[in-house]
Formats: sequence, structure tokens, C-alpha cells
Amino acid sequence: MHIPDGFLAPEVAAVCAVPAIGAVGYGLRRASRDLDERRVPLLGVTAAFVFAVQMLNFPVAGGTSGHFLGAGLAAILLGPWMACLVMSVVLVTQSFVFADGGITALGANIFNMGVIGALLVGGLMLLAQRVLPNKRGAFLAVAGVGAWLAVVAGALACSFELAISGTVPLGTVLPAMLGVHVLIGVGEAVITVAAVSAVLSTRPDVVKVMA
Amino acid sequence: MKWFTILAVALAVGLATAVSPIASSAPDGLTRVAADKGFAARESQPRTPLIGYGALLGGFAGTLIVFAAGYGIARVVRHERTA
Repeated sequence: MHIPDGFLAPEVAAVCAVPAIGAVGYGLRRASRDLDERRVPLLGVTAAFVFAVQMLNFPVAGGTSGHFLGAGLAAILLGPWMACLVMSVVLVTQSFVFADGGITALGANIFNMGVIGALLVGGLMLLAQRVLPNKRGAFLAVAGVGAWLAVVAGALACSFELAISGTVPLGTVLPAMLGVHVLIGVGEAVITVAAVSAVLSTRPDVVKVMA
Repeated sequence: MKWFTILAVALAVGLATAVSPIASSAPDGLTRVAADKGFAARESQPRTPLIGYGALLGGFAGTLIVFAAGYGIARVVRHERTA
């Protein structure tokens, strides 16, 4: 879902950059305030895992593929704000080093694939923790549903950005984007649940929203 | 935490180098929609990547770059607090 240069109007790109910069800035503040020494490597580990798994495109339907985004997983491990920071590290590297995702679209890509999913899943997990404490199955179910929602919400935002930019009518792009991303979201949910489950079995103390 | 870090980064490097060659090369959701709905040509002249994902080096280098960046940022902002 990496938007390349040329798809967005400059005004739309600029408006999307505002919440992206805000969330990353706040993520830096939270990292400086809340991160305990033991968890410092976890920002690097999460960025590395998200980057690597994003490379693993899986086939969805009729000659189309999808890949993991990872904002939900990052939010579960690090909390929503540091997740925004980690996602921006991944997306900035992909754009500048791998020319994957436009430089002018970086704010939109951080917003669509990072901020939206991190805040959505982070919020849902905090809610789940209050309503269903200490229930591993319920915790994983909420993680999966949240991961799916994060992908669909990102595709929704991306569609609106393209339509407002005048690139493609909303009535054309929205059903097409949602149609493919409801499937890609299933892959996101499976990977997120598998990763969270593996971490809970090995190092449950690493999972931020459980701590 | 040290062993968790080493194992997790090794897993990430393994996925990015050994598994990524068998990943689907079909266009992803947005790329496919752009082609189907006729706005793919709006993309600006594609930039040449410094490193290609296709190169074996790509997944290896990229994974280590983001690990170092994430770790480095966390280390620096924490240091600022305690300094």
C-alpha cells in the first residue's frame, strides 16, 4: 500500500504529513520518558521484524499480492506511540534506500500504514485489557481483529487521499481498495496473532499492553 | 533480553534473505488497483533504489539498517533523559 510519488496532490500530501509528524514526535517523547533500559533494543527488534516480514508478499486473489504492515504488532509490543516511531523508521528506510513509497508521499504512508493501525490496535488492546483481563485467547482474538481493521482502515484512508487528490474518483477506488484489503487484512491478522502468541510464550514481559 | 534480541534479529534476517525470494512477485493491492483503474501512469519517474529488494543483499542490509536505526534512536533519546 506504499503510495509512490505522483499519486497525491501536494496539498493532500502536506495535510497527511501533519498527523504523521505529530505522532512520530510524540513517539520520540514517549520513548525518552517511558522506555526502560531493558526495552531499548526492542525498538530495533520490532523495526527489523516489521521490515523483514513486509518483504514477504503473499498471493491474495487473481494475480494480486499483499504484505504484512505491522503497525498493530508494533503497538502491542511497544504501545501505540512508540509503534508510530518504529513504523516511520521502516517506511523512511524503504522510501530512501529502496525507493519503495514516494518521498513526497512519506507523510501519507506513515499515516496510512503506521499511525492509523498503531492507534487503532493500541486503543483496542487497552480496552480489551480492562474488559477481559488475563485471558490469553481473548487477547489474541482482539489482536487479530484489530490487525484486520488496521489494514482496512489504512486502505480506506488511502482511497480518500487518492480521491481528494483528483487521481481517481472515490466511487471507483474505494470498492477496489477495500475489496482487496479485506483479504490482505486476513494475512495481517494471522501473522500478528502468530507473532504475539510466540512472544507471549517466550517472553510475555515484552508485551507492552500486558505489562 | 539479550538472547531475545539476538534470536529475533536472526529470525528477521533469515526471513528477509532466505524466505523473501519465494514471496509473491504479483503487484500488491494498491499497485494492482492503480493498474486496473487507470491511474498507474500518474506515478512520477521511478527513482533508482540505492539497494534493490531483489538483491540478496537487500533484505540483509535493510533489516540491519532498520534495527540499527530503531535501536540507535531509542538509545539516544533515553540518553538525553538521563544526561
